[in-house]
Amino acid sequence: MASSYPGTPSTEITESLAEYDGIYAEWAPNEKVALETAFGASFAGRRAFCGMKHVGLNVAADPLFTISYTGVNAGLVIAVADDPGMHSSQNEQDSRHYAVAAKLPMLEPADSSECLEFAKYAYELSERFDTPVMLRMCTRIAHSRSVVETGERAEPPVSEYVKRAEKYVMMPGNARLRHPEVERRMAELGRLADDTFLNRIETGDRRLGIITSGTAYQYAREVFGGDASILKLGLVNPLPGKLILDFAASVERLAVIEELDPVIENHCKRLGLRVEGKSIFPAVGEFSQNLVASVLGRPAPSGRTFGEPIPARPPVMCAGCPHRGVFFTLARAKVAVIGDIGCYTLGASPPLHAMDSTVCMGASVSGLHGWSRALGRDGERRAVAVIGDSTFMHSGVTGLINMAYNGSGSTVIILDNSITGMTGHQQNPTTGYNIKGEPAGKIDLETLCRSVGIRRVSVVDPYDLAQCERTLREELDSEEPSVIISRRPCALLKYVKPKPPLVVGRDKCKKCKACMKLGCPAVSMRDEGASVDPTLCVGCGVCVQLCKFDAIERVDGSAEA
Amino acid sequence: MNTKNIMIVGVGGQGSLLASKALGCLLLSEGLDVKVSEVHGMSQRGGSVVTYVRYGPSVASPVIDVGQADYIVSFELLEAARWLGYLAPDGLIVTNTQRIDPMPVITGAAGYPSELAAKLASSGAKVDAFDALAPAERAGSSKAVNIVLLGRLSKYLEFAETAWYGALDQCVPARFIDMNREAFRLGRA
Repeated sequence: MASSYPGTPSTEITESLAEYDGIYAEWAPNEKVALETAFGASFAGRRAFCGMKHVGLNVAADPLFTISYTGVNAGLVIAVADDPGMHSSQNEQDSRHYAVAAKLPMLEPADSSECLEFAKYAYELSERFDTPVMLRMCTRIAHSRSVVETGERAEPPVSEYVKRAEKYVMMPGNARLRHPEVERRMAELGRLADDTFLNRIETGDRRLGIITSGTAYQYAREVFGGDASILKLGLVNPLPGKLILDFAASVERLAVIEELDPVIENHCKRLGLRVEGKSIFPAVGEFSQNLVASVLGRPAPSGRTFGEPIPARPPVMCAGCPHRGVFFTLARAKVAVIGDIGCYTLGASPPLHAMDSTVCMGASVSGLHGWSRALGRDGERRAVAVIGDSTFMHSGVTGLINMAYNGSGSTVIILDNSITGMTGHQQNPTTGYNIKGEPAGKIDLETLCRSVGIRRVSVVDPYDLAQCERTLREELDSEEPSVIISRRPCALLKYVKPKPPLVVGRDKCKKCKACMKLGCPAVSMRDEGASVDPTLCVGCGVCVQLCKFDAIERVDGSAEA
Repeated sequence: MNTKNIMIVGVGGQGSLLASKALGCLLLSEGLDVKVSEVHGMSQRGGSVVTYVRYGPSVASPVIDVGQADYIVSFELLEAARWLGYLAPDGLIVTNTQRIDPMPVITGAAGYPSELAAKLASSGAKVDAFDALAPAERAGSSKAVNIVLLGRLSKYLEFAETAWYGALDQCVPARFIDMNREAFRLGRA
């Protein structure tokens, strides 16, 4: 069975698993719940899987460190996908530190084919060494597709459940006995690291020896082919000792190529080796073949330049995005916006600039409570938290409980677009459907908020700017804690049928640019006046409400929203 | 045969993922080693998006770097200019002439450069610029720009027309197949 919470670039693993008959897969509300669920299944005797992005592992860290002690019954594999370059993340943390800290084996595949091979072997290792096994990926592995030879599916037998409190009840007396087991296991895995197929030497020119793993290995292979010797590590925790020492002795110059932190490099230095790593390679961002080539003194091609500035094309809220009306209202009200993680983080972008902080999943609600407690009534009146439906389920509700319990008069806006948007439309506990799109339990947000003690719960339509503004004003003025649910499904959902695109009445437009304040990608200002791109516009009508001259019209000629 | 590099660039939401998937299917059916690399999530939301497609006897890196692309297939003119640096010295840009204003242009913080196709050509790059939107609409949907462009690209590659249609059949949902075949045919014409 598999239990995960979506997170770019890890989401598709669990989505794909859900397509297989005979595998139970689910979306959990957060990574901690997912990992505990997967552990429960392993403990019961079924092979289990849990996948997440790097920052999700922070959420799952609590069970992670202790299931390292308990070990497993049936195999348990945890996939974690890092995001060097932060294509879709708020930080660039290196998950390998978790494997080191939690004392768990970690495998790192370098292409799709190795993903299959390593995942399969990870289960063998998990059962053989009685340990959860981590599978580390990065964006360029998780979101690249390459050729895979598929095999025959094997049905592992169910491991019988036997009560073993001394192994699974981690109270101090038992945990003290388990910790030495963990150390013994890691020492044994350290010996395996010296002669596993996961780690291999590709002998080439011995004047340069490269130690590398994952996608960095592919860049090294691209640049050097046989012009260097490469030690490719597939087991990145624990790292081998003798294998590295022997390899180092066989080459003249030794370099470690690894994205993010110097984990392999520091290990080599502890082995007493002279090695180049972060002294020549960056610790930030993604690598590429040209970067590897230029750092190691090989020719790297250069390209043409365009010769004049090219305007940036940052991501934006889509045309018809239901979040836009809320952020426009917040920008106009000039309140501080404690933000969260999701598509709506784009509310921070120009021209709305309607976000003051974004930290991690759930941090908006708890952060707002801190703001309110620090600044008192005056602060409560000029700040809100914004959080999506899925993020609220993930870890916003605990912050709301704190707000109700410790009584700040804060206002939380739940942006309920009926889907987990940013990661590509995954179901969540508020949507009423499971990962397969089948009807499932549905958490009612209004009832949930009221049940934790929030008496003021209102629902607005974000396409109705007047209603948004009125409700915001009322709730900011109220001394009680409150929740505003902004409810409208994501404009990209298949069941949301777009209305015909709007048109601008040429003679009516006075070029006042009021419509431009929305930051809608479908609306632009041309020499002749405002213009609506019919290929993008979904007819949401929010811009219509801003036009004092009724210049933006539906095709039937009406200016009604 | 060395590794060949094709970049597909455009604006998030224009359907570059489907185009790269179809291209990947084709190359796989030709018995080649293939790597297709793309980025999902935040950058997809109307931002500049890029997909790398590499193929040959044995492909290592999943990405294409500066100065290496044999072909850049661009869904939008400004994006062709943005990624120009990635074109190999004798590479070719196949680009849609459609203009989609990025947010800095919409807000007035920046201007949309004029005469982009001519400027691209004057950089010394080989450029095939054409309107892919009109044929897409003729085929049945403005969303079929991706497949029109794939059809145009197919003129420059050595693979048989039937193999391309086979790849489309694999990647496109059955109810859209006729429209996409027509979009491909118009692009290739």
